[in-house]
Amino acid sequence: MKETLLLTKHMRENPEDSHSLKSYEKNGGYKSVKKVLKSGTPEDVLQEIKDSNIRGRGGAGFPTGVKWGFLAEDEERYLVINGDESEPGTFKDRILLERDPHQLIEGMIITCFAANISKAFIYIRGEYAKPARRVQSAVEQAYEKGYLGENIFGSSMNLDIVVHLGAGAYICGEETALLNSLEGRRGEPRLKPPFFPAVKGLYNKPTLVNNVETISSVPWIMSNSGKDYSSLGVEGSTGTRIFSLSGHINNPGNYEIEMGSSFGEFVDTLGKGVKNKAIKAYIPGGASAPWLRGDQLDVKMTIDDVANEGSMLGSGAVVMMDEDTNLVLAAKSLVSFFAHESCGQCTPCREGTTWLENILERIASGRGRMSDIDLLLDVCDNISPGLTWPPKMTTICPLGPSATASIVSLMKDFRSEVEILLPKKVVIS
Amino acid sequence: MSWETERLEKAKQIIEMYPQKRSALGPLLYLAQDKDGYISNESIVEISDLVGITEVQVQSVASFYSMYKQEPTGKYLLSVCKSISCEISNSSEVINSVKNFTGLSSNETDNENFFTYESVECIGACGGAPAIQVNYETVEGLTPEKAIDLCKWLKEEKPEIVVADELQDKFGGVKSFDWAIADNNGTTSPVPGFQTYDTTKEKK
Repeated sequence: MKETLLLTKHMRENPEDSHSLKSYEKNGGYKSVKKVLKSGTPEDVLQEIKDSNIRGRGGAGFPTGVKWGFLAEDEERYLVINGDESEPGTFKDRILLERDPHQLIEGMIITCFAANISKAFIYIRGEYAKPARRVQSAVEQAYEKGYLGENIFGSSMNLDIVVHLGAGAYICGEETALLNSLEGRRGEPRLKPPFFPAVKGLYNKPTLVNNVETISSVPWIMSNSGKDYSSLGVEGSTGTRIFSLSGHINNPGNYEIEMGSSFGEFVDTLGKGVKNKAIKAYIPGGASAPWLRGDQLDVKMTIDDVANEGSMLGSGAVVMMDEDTNLVLAAKSLVSFFAHESCGQCTPCREGTTWLENILERIASGRGRMSDIDLLLDVCDNISPGLTWPPKMTTICPLGPSATASIVSLMKDFRSEVEILLPKKVVIS
Repeated sequence: MSWETERLEKAKQIIEMYPQKRSALGPLLYLAQDKDGYISNESIVEISDLVGITEVQVQSVASFYSMYKQEPTGKYLLSVCKSISCEISNSSEVINSVKNFTGLSSNETDNENFFTYESVECIGACGGAPAIQVNYETVEGLTPEKAIDLCKWLKEEKPEIVVADELQDKFGGVKSFDWAIADNNGTTSPVPGFQTYDTTKEKK
């Protein structure tokens, strides 16, 4: 199994200065946008994106061309890049921001040309100090060269980009929460309907919200073609995708591959295997995704195959847990994450995640009660009735229901690990 | 007027960047934090005037986000990650060693205003777990011993600029990905390193 480098080719081949404008241009950067601005039309760009069949790389996997097509007509429209990457296990946008910021900017200019947008924002999580510095410098360089601002590349197009830092809230990765945050409000998700960003987004204006990786793919698609892109990968999961591999693995890292091979092959070849141990369980797509078992490594890495197994490819974060992993502590870490990151708007999530954290805490520390397994499942059921995947919602956004994923996995496949920590039946004589 | 002219100028420039004033609230809170190490009451009043919303609205936003500090922060903010990839890579031992060395519990600052310690959720360094951030500069592939070395070094050197590449070189191990060429840019305060807030400098 080999990598297919589209988005990470330039940074791999030019490690010394891939983030600089000079290096990016020397290696063919900004050619794509120049061609589009000179001889393309917005309709051409939209058609290429539709032909590519690319699906959003943030987690939900919505077809990008369809999303762009939904954008309502208005004099004021906005593009917002979601660089809030905070899903535990995920560090793919970090490398794109840090090592190739101009690729993102070029993708943004093309996107704004296609959607007739003249103001765009890059929302980067606050903890990404170094990536944010690199992006800010890249934006400044682009302004200096006339690639941003008025009449860019000598065309009639105007575009301003503002780099905006988040401030440590995972929930702002949810697109409507991100828009609230960008408006200077608490990062609380909005109700959909009516607040679909494509209709009522930033400042109530039609807004495209796209992930860093999605928009970074645009220059390649436009300098080749949508059809070339869709010929990579498999149907329904076209093109390449950057997977972040971590956990008990010999060779962790970001790998850009075509979707369609199995997790096992991925782990054994690019990941160089698990450290002398068997895999007990793994997370196929970030903290929100239900776990798969070590005997499910033949599952194919596509959006649909993982969904068929009752989980999701999500943000592309693959976390391996070997046979020595304490899965109760792993589940507790995941649940604590959601409890900490709950915005507090919806009762099932705000109260439920805290309950789950407390119950797992006492089980892990040997103070569990015999009734705790039923209680855990009952709380989960109150957050997401029926405990199905994809989860049923009792809340405005999927954060709360996602918190149940690891507990349901633990109970379904590894129940004995919890039971062994609970007291045995007490006989009173 | 509690903010100096220069800071007010900077604030006005930031407000200009956005179609609506209130969008500048987040960046202005960072400017406030750069001044005092936390969001002071004086700054809340100042920002409320600048943005045109009430003080309570400013406070309501400031208290929502974990990176806006409600109490003074030390010169170095130590943020140890405890999310899943770090958790299964023994981050709890790194957390214990940092806690023991500094004598601090989560979200505490020492008497000298030198270290603030916190355990945090995922910082996107999962491939290099366990990881820590010093003033939001990431160090990956840490061990409990190296974490103590890092704290000792900060105590002795008291660097004015914290540079991720330098810390990684001295105290780090396995990385999430190849960081490529070393970069001398770093942060000058426990606020994210960003030109806009003047918290970024290049180490010569």
